[in-house]
Amino acid sequence: MKEINPPPAELCVDVEIDYMELDKIIEEEFANDKENLIMILQAIQKRYNYLPQPTLSYLAEKIGVPYSQIYGVGTFYSTFSLEPKGRNIIAICLGTACHVRGGERVRERIVDTLNLNGKHTTEDMRFTLEGVRCIGCCSLGPVIRVNEDIHGRIGADEVAKTLDNYE
Amino acid sequence: MKIQSTADLEKIGQEYSSRLYYPDTTKVLIGMASCGIAAGGKAAFETAIQAFPEGNGIKIAQTGCIGFCEVEPLVEIAATGRPRVIYKNITEDKIADVIHSYLGDDFKKTKRILGQVRDPRSLMEDHLENPLSKVEPIEKIPFLEDTPFYKNQVKIALRNCGYIDPDCIEEYIARGGYFAFFRALFYHKPEEIIRIITDSGLRGRGGGGFSAGKKWATCARHHGERYIICNADEGDPGAYMDRSILEGDPHSVLEGMLIAAKAIGSSQGFMYVRNEYPLAVKRLVTAIKQAENLGLLGENIAGTDFSFNIKISTGAGAFVCGESTALMASLEGKVGRPRAKYVHTVEKGFRNNPSNLNNVETYANVPAIISKGAQWYAGMGTEGSKGTKVFSLVGKIKNTGLVEVSMGTSLRSIIYDIGGGILKKKEFKAVQTGGPSGGCIPEQYLDLGVDFDELTKVGSMMGSGGMIVMDQDTCMVDLARYFLDFLEEESCGQCNPCREGVKQMLEILTDICAGHGKEGDIELLEELGDVVAKASLCGLGTSAPNPVLTTINYFRDEYQAHITDKKCPAGVCKELFYYEIDVEACTGCTLCALKCPEQIISGEKKEPHLLDRDKCIKCGICYDVCKFDAVVVK
Repeated sequence: MKEINPPPAELCVDVEIDYMELDKIIEEEFANDKENLIMILQAIQKRYNYLPQPTLSYLAEKIGVPYSQIYGVGTFYSTFSLEPKGRNIIAICLGTACHVRGGERVRERIVDTLNLNGKHTTEDMRFTLEGVRCIGCCSLGPVIRVNEDIHGRIGADEVAKTLDNYE
Repeated sequence: MKIQSTADLEKIGQEYSSRLYYPDTTKVLIGMASCGIAAGGKAAFETAIQAFPEGNGIKIAQTGCIGFCEVEPLVEIAATGRPRVIYKNITEDKIADVIHSYLGDDFKKTKRILGQVRDPRSLMEDHLENPLSKVEPIEKIPFLEDTPFYKNQVKIALRNCGYIDPDCIEEYIARGGYFAFFRALFYHKPEEIIRIITDSGLRGRGGGGFSAGKKWATCARHHGERYIICNADEGDPGAYMDRSILEGDPHSVLEGMLIAAKAIGSSQGFMYVRNEYPLAVKRLVTAIKQAENLGLLGENIAGTDFSFNIKISTGAGAFVCGESTALMASLEGKVGRPRAKYVHTVEKGFRNNPSNLNNVETYANVPAIISKGAQWYAGMGTEGSKGTKVFSLVGKIKNTGLVEVSMGTSLRSIIYDIGGGILKKKEFKAVQTGGPSGGCIPEQYLDLGVDFDELTKVGSMMGSGGMIVMDQDTCMVDLARYFLDFLEEESCGQCNPCREGVKQMLEILTDICAGHGKEGDIELLEELGDVVAKASLCGLGTSAPNPVLTTINYFRDEYQAHITDKKCPAGVCKELFYYEIDVEACTGCTLCALKCPEQIISGEKKEPHLLDRDKCIKCGICYDVCKFDAVVVK
C-alpha cells in the first residue's frame, strides 16, 4: 500500500490552472468519459507535473465521479503525485535484475549525493527521486532513468557525475 | 485502400516481401526497442541517417529487438545477393565504420560481427525460397543460427522481432501476417477456431497457465456484449518479453486479438498497457491506425458482418492490476482492487460483461497456431505444456536477453548453453522464476525441464517468464526481503492476510537482515507464510510468501547464519559483514582508494592497501572495482 502523507505546507504553492485547457483534455481528448479517469489524471499530471487539488475537484464535477473516488485513484496508483515534483525526475529501477546487480547501492548513493534524508524531492526542487518497478531494460541493470534518458549499467561511483548533467 | 480478400493481402505481401529480402539498396537495420535505444541505438540511428542521407543507395531503418540484449545496439546490414550480417555493440561512433566495411566487402573486423544469417524467413513463410540460398556466405563468420545463444531457440512469439520495421504493417503482412486472421474470418466457424486453440494445448503465458482454448470456449458460451482484453501490464520485475513483442511486432498481438474476437464473438477489444512502456504504447497506436486504414480493424471487416475495434488504456503503476479482476476495474477507471472470483471474468468481467483476458505473448502465438495447425504446435513442448515460451534471461548472467525455447528445455541448458554461464566466472547460486510470486530454484534442480507443472513442483512458478540468475554475491535473505518489500508496497490493502501478513513477514525479515534476528524467526515466517497463502483473496496474496518459503526451504543455512552467527555470507546485509583488503592479493593499483567516496582506503602505489573498517559505509564500490579480488567480504 502506498503511504499517504499530506503535502508539507511549503509545497502547497498556488498554481494557475488553465480551465479552458483542462476542458480540452477532459472533453476532446477523453470524451468526458469516466472510464478514462486514469488517463485524464495522467494528462493532468503531464501538464502540471503533479495533480493540483483544484483540478481534481473540477474533474469530479465534470465527469460525474465523486471527489473521494478520484482522490482514491490518485493515491492508489504509484505514478500519481499530489504534491509538486522536482524539475528532474530520477526513476531508479527497483526490478529484481537491477537489485541483484547492485541497484540498492546506487539508490543509496543517490540519496546520499542529494541529501534526501527520507524526502523524495530536494529542497531546491531540482530533483525528485522515485522508485520504479522494472522498466524492462534488465540487460542494462542497474538502470536509472532521469526524465526521458535511460542510463544503463550505472555504477554507484558514477551517480554524482551523471546527475551533474541535469539542472 | 481497404483489404477485402486474401488476394489483396497476397498482393501487398509479395510486394513487400521482395522489398524485405531483395531490397534495391543496402539496408541497415538498427535495433530500436527500448533497450536498444537505451544502449545507444537511437544515437547510432541518427548518426547513420546523417552520414548516409537517402538516395545514396543506403537505407537506414529501425527494427525491434532480436533478443540478444547484452550486445545491444545490434545492427543488421543486408543487400540483394549479399550476406546479411549482424553487428554487435554498434554505438554512434562505430556505425559509419561498419557500414563502410560492409560496402567494401571487408569482414575482417570480426570482433564487431555477431554472425551472418542463414535463413531470414519466419515460420509463416515456408512457401518462399530462402532468399539467401544462392548467396555465398562469408568465410570464417559463424551463422547466427549456429551461435550458442540462438542455436536452441525456436521463434514463434518472437518470429518477427528484429526482422521487420514495427511501424510498417506491410512488412508484417509480407512475413505472413494477417493471413491467419483471414483464414479464421472466411474459412473457420468460431467453434472450429476454439477447437484448434484448445487442441494446440496453448496455455496462458501471463502466469496462470490456464488453457486458452477453454477460456475462449467458456467466454463464448456466456451472453451479453463480449470483450477481448489484452493484458500488457507486464508487472513482474525482470520480465520484459511483452514489451519486446509490443515494440517489435505489435501486429502479431492485434492479429491474435482479432482471431479471438472472431472466435468468441466480440466487437470491442481493449489493450491495457503499463505506463512504464511509453514506446510500446506509441508503436501500438501506430499499428492500430495502420490496421484501421487497411480495413483490418473497424466496421464490416473485408465486407463481412464482423466488426472489431481496439482501444488502448494505460495503467498507472500498480502491480496488482496484472490480476484479471483488478485490471478490469482499472479499465473502468477505478481503483484496481481484485475481487473474489466466485464468478469468473469470462462470465462477468469488464462492465459486468463476459470478458476474455489473455496476455501479449499468448495472443502473439495465436496466428501461428491458426496458420500451422494445432498438431504442429502440440508437437512441441512437454506433456502438459505445449509449444514454446519466451524467457527473459537476466541477472548475473553473461548473455542477457530474451530467449524463446521449447517447453521442457532444461534450466541448465538455458543458463549455461544459451546464457553462457555466470558473469565474472562466479558461482551459480539460484535462479528466480515467476517474479514476486515465484521462487528461487537452487543448483540441484538445474536439470529440470522448464514447464508450467515442473516449476510448480519445486515451489516456484512459470509466471510471465522472468528468469533472474543469481551468483554467490546475492544474499537469499535479502532477496526474500526485497520481494516482500515489493509486495507490501503493491498490496492493494483490502484483505487482512495479505495487508498485515506480508507486512509482518517483512518486518521479521528486515530485522534478520539488520542483525536482530531471533531463534524461532524462521518457523514464524513459515507459519505466517502458510496463513497468507491460504487466506488471501487474490493471486498476489496467495503467492506472496513463495519467495520466502522457497528460500527458507533451499537456503535455510543462510537464514541461520544471519540469525545465529550474525553473518551475511554474501556480503549484502550491511550490519552483518565488513570489507577487508587481502594483503596477499592486493597489487597496490590504487583504484579502490581513488574510487572510495569516503576516502578511507590508504596505501602507497604498488603496496598493499588498508581499509579503515570503522569509517567504511559499505557502499561496495571498492569490492566492485577491484580487478584482483583483493577486497573481501568478512
